[in-house]
Amino acid sequence: MIDALNAVLALLVLGLAVWTVVARSTFAAAVGFVAYGMLLTLAWVQLQSVDVALTEGAIGGGLTGAMLIAAASRLRGTEAAARAERPGLPIRLAAALVAACVAAALAIAVVSLPDPAPTLAYETADNLAATGVGNPLTGVLLAFRAMDTLLEAIVVLFAMIGVWSLAPDRAWGGRPGRVQRADPDGILAYLARVLPPIGIVVAVYIFWIGADLPGGKFQGASILAAMWLLAVMAGLADAPPVSRKWIRFALIGGPVVFMAIGAAGVVTAGAFLAYPDGLAKPLIKVIEWALLPSLALTLALILAGAPERPVR
Amino acid sequence: MSLVDLFTVVAVGAGGFFFLAGSVGLLRFPDALTRLHALTKADNLGLGLVVLGLLPRVDGVLGGLKLIAIWLLALLASGAASQLIARVARRANPPA
Amino acid sequence: MAEFLAGAAGFVLLMVALGLIRILRGPGDADRMMAAQLLGTGGIAVALLLSAATGIGATVDVALTLALLAAFASVAFFKSATDAPAGDAGDRG
Repeated sequence: MIDALNAVLALLVLGLAVWTVVARSTFAAAVGFVAYGMLLTLAWVQLQSVDVALTEGAIGGGLTGAMLIAAASRLRGTEAAARAERPGLPIRLAAALVAACVAAALAIAVVSLPDPAPTLAYETADNLAATGVGNPLTGVLLAFRAMDTLLEAIVVLFAMIGVWSLAPDRAWGGRPGRVQRADPDGILAYLARVLPPIGIVVAVYIFWIGADLPGGKFQGASILAAMWLLAVMAGLADAPPVSRKWIRFALIGGPVVFMAIGAAGVVTAGAFLAYPDGLAKPLIKVIEWALLPSLALTLALILAGAPERPVR
Repeated sequence: MSLVDLFTVVAVGAGGFFFLAGSVGLLRFPDALTRLHALTKADNLGLGLVVLGLLPRVDGVLGGLKLIAIWLLALLASGAASQLIARVARRANPPA
Repeated sequence: MAEFLAGAAGFVLLMVALGLIRILRGPGDADRMMAAQLLGTGGIAVALLLSAATGIGATVDVALTLALLAAFASVAFFKSATDAPAGDAGDRG
């Protein structure tokens, strides 16, 4: 039964991916991408990776989809011109051939992996007790490979600065996005009033259980960002000007705390990002609590877009 | 098969039937608004029956409350989202 | 029982696939916007059934996340579909 389910899921994912690529309008392709992200969430569940499924649902299904949709609506005016410039058949066939070769190479690489695949899972499981957390992914992300998480937190900040750099000169430091208005008695405003409180509770819940069960700061931050964006889209909140001091401090707060703990580790435990004995779990908690608001704000600002309205 | 298992089979089966009805409606109805009707009503009822069928299998009251909360959240989201979709459909095909 | 629940999950997924084929073809933006709702409701059902079939309780949290993000995606689609060309502030919600 499970095999039949997996077969249906795999075929559906492939079919939807093909449709997304050949879809005529950008809006349709973006919708296909969001649907694809939600199906991938189920695929990750079937691969026994619930943490990744949560992240895929939050980021792939929701946030990236919203970003693509926003880009699609901005490009609507130029869509006719872009379609007229479509490359001819020989080029498209060549592109299809290259894509097929890459896919074949990946398939061969995956199929010819040694069995059993080389893995550090056993070492991780053996040493997990020293970190004090029960979820092996959290242990890996925040203890064994904390360096990667630190760099990822900073890379996300760079992505946001990249988005900010698209602002026109006169709007630098201003409010992102256009003014959003919705009927204050309408259904959108109603949804934006009722859903975010529930979303915030769910986000904190998923963040909190990340220590011992699938979840964590990244998924929680994504849901928080989505809820804030929902309020902005309904006109209930407005994006603040990005030159405000509190935004700047909130954005770097998480990475700074992370780096400070890492630097302290040099003194107290002998290596950058090493945790002294017995203090691993409290330090991990501090890092997570510091990163959650920073990450949520960073993701929300990336999606809010480049500043467009100059601050007076 | 115990009574609880029978209840689960019946409820989940009924839920699956309503998902089938929703998809048939999506395939056969002529209009965007009627398709929206089939999707929102039938699929959410199917989800409710599935949740009902899974309730006896959870361990603890909190697990059951979580399932019901998920269903209520899905209802809230579907209700609001379907209104928004209907608005877009009306704009595209205004009544004559 | 686990087999039945997994089979039910597969059936619901098949129904979602059927619905998707029709929705994504449908002319107009309103039809395509329904994909978020279809996959949201169907995905929640599949996730809950899988959680009961495999005994992994965390999958219920996946269903919770899907519910929230499907609503968010629907609103994003709505705002994009009703966005007037540059200059206006958009449709009333």
